[in-house]
Amino acid sequence: MAYEDVPGVVETHEALGEITLVVDPARLVEACAHLRDAHGFNMLSDIAATDYLGWGEEPVSGYVGTVAGRDLNDPSTQGLARVPAPKPKRFSVSYHLLRVSDEPARVRVQAWLDDGEGVESVIRVWPAADWFERETYDMMGISFEGHPNLVRILMPEDWEGHPQRKDYPLGGEPVRFSDED
Amino acid sequence: MAVVPTRRIYEGTRIPSPIPTVLQVDPAKHALDDILQINFGPNHPSTHGVLRLVVDLDGETVAGLRAVIGYLHTGFEKNMEAKTWWKSVTYAPRIDYVSFQANELLYVLAVEKLLGIEVPRRATWTRMALAELTRIHSHLIWLGTSALEIGAISLLWYSFDDRDLVLDLFELIGGTRMHTRYFQVGGLAEDVPPRFTDEARKFCDFFPRSIDEYEALLDRQAIWLQRTKGIGLLSAEDALALGQSGPILRASGVDWDLRKRMPYLFYDEVEFDVPVYENGDVYDRYKVHMDEMRESVRIVRQCLDRIDETDGEPWIADDRKVVLPPRHELHTSMESLIHHFKIVTEGYTVPEGEVYVVIESPRGENGCYLVSDGGPRPWRVKFRAPSFAALQATAAVAQGGLIADLIAVAASLDPVMGDADR
Repeated sequence: MAYEDVPGVVETHEALGEITLVVDPARLVEACAHLRDAHGFNMLSDIAATDYLGWGEEPVSGYVGTVAGRDLNDPSTQGLARVPAPKPKRFSVSYHLLRVSDEPARVRVQAWLDDGEGVESVIRVWPAADWFERETYDMMGISFEGHPNLVRILMPEDWEGHPQRKDYPLGGEPVRFSDED
Repeated sequence: MAVVPTRRIYEGTRIPSPIPTVLQVDPAKHALDDILQINFGPNHPSTHGVLRLVVDLDGETVAGLRAVIGYLHTGFEKNMEAKTWWKSVTYAPRIDYVSFQANELLYVLAVEKLLGIEVPRRATWTRMALAELTRIHSHLIWLGTSALEIGAISLLWYSFDDRDLVLDLFELIGGTRMHTRYFQVGGLAEDVPPRFTDEARKFCDFFPRSIDEYEALLDRQAIWLQRTKGIGLLSAEDALALGQSGPILRASGVDWDLRKRMPYLFYDEVEFDVPVYENGDVYDRYKVHMDEMRESVRIVRQCLDRIDETDGEPWIADDRKVVLPPRHELHTSMESLIHHFKIVTEGYTVPEGEVYVVIESPRGENGCYLVSDGGPRPWRVKFRAPSFAALQATAAVAQGGLIADLIAVAASLDPVMGDADR
């Protein structure tokens, strides 16, 4: 497809009929503004971040009941049939764009980040990014520079940790009265 | 006709600045010592769940507004990542508990896309029929509760009465009235029971008259018109910028429906119209909901014919690595028993990859982003909740309005808090 003119694109790949543009995080806003203005992507459908900590290696955290994670000896778990392709960095942030017009189209803009790295907010390109970025910050701990109100949205304000990270255990909430006689 | 209209509902933009979702009190316009800040919710009876609006009032006028959500956050996505692909289907319908089949459909469609599995025709037609019945169910709840909040109490009883008929159909087909888990990866859990199409046709014959009755009660009701017309305005540009979808977008004049524009299932093979209204107010959102119910009945009728035509055809894909074997085979076939055991305990594996599948749910653009590492459990599940996006518009639509209208305006965005908070 003709997305060669988008600035900051590092890699383009198409799988299962979906086009992914991997962009340099430093030029993300530039790329998004170009996609909006030159390609007509007038709607930000979603921002979805993924934590690839432990991708393709064992143990993987996040399994019910164990801190260490996916256990080969436990029922309902199994080793991977093959090791999945390595990922460049720990986090991916995927921006799913939609063109609302007579020629509808979708494209995924993806930026890769390490823990502690932030990315510039696209709130000036699409105001809809406001809550999506807050949710991503809340769930993954990725900071969006230039966001005017980057506070937690789903978890309570004083919550510690970011629940969707793979090193955040499921069921980590202490149960009241459980250690009392 | 252009998708995005050129007609202006109001001049310029109403999206607050610098934070698009927070309306701040403008000191130039309001005497600040007269501002009263109140909490509207999270347990207010007319907030459609646990939505909290922090409202700054200047007299009775909304001068500032901030929506606070998260009270119903239950970590669905995290939980689904800890379950096998097979088990996590159960979670999906509980996210948006008012349009459960839509979320269930979305999740199985996303998993099927990763698997590259072919779904039989009969299953797809049944899925479409049920998806449209879910739309009717969801819109009926919206109509009843929204009208109740404005004071039209009787409508709640009428619409919930009809909603029960839809739930009867779900019970007939899936055994439970809500959260049927009738859609499986690869097709359906069971074949369509013989009585279903007849019963559903009876409903299709009966229901359009009900819609006429609702409109007879509301369309010429002076109070209803005064409380819905011209309030909660949202222009097409602002709606797109704020990521609005579904009935909200269509009430703002945008001719956009994924079922027409980016068809999935067999929506390109059925006849239906997309209702579009252009005033962008609460009344037009109500009209879109009413018209959509009529169109859904049209689609359901066409699906029922196809379900009858495909009688005797398979209702689930024949892929023993993914699909549970038929129950009767477990007593006679060793291989079937092994497959059943493996799928239920270990789960099937899904090829490595990422997908973003979107359907037109009753609330609009409902998306599911899945990442698989090739293992038996999803690596990442992320839902694009239309209610979450809809609530971003509260500050834009409620500004300058009266506190009494805030209830009607918030309801017109049709948020389901389970969907927004996940």
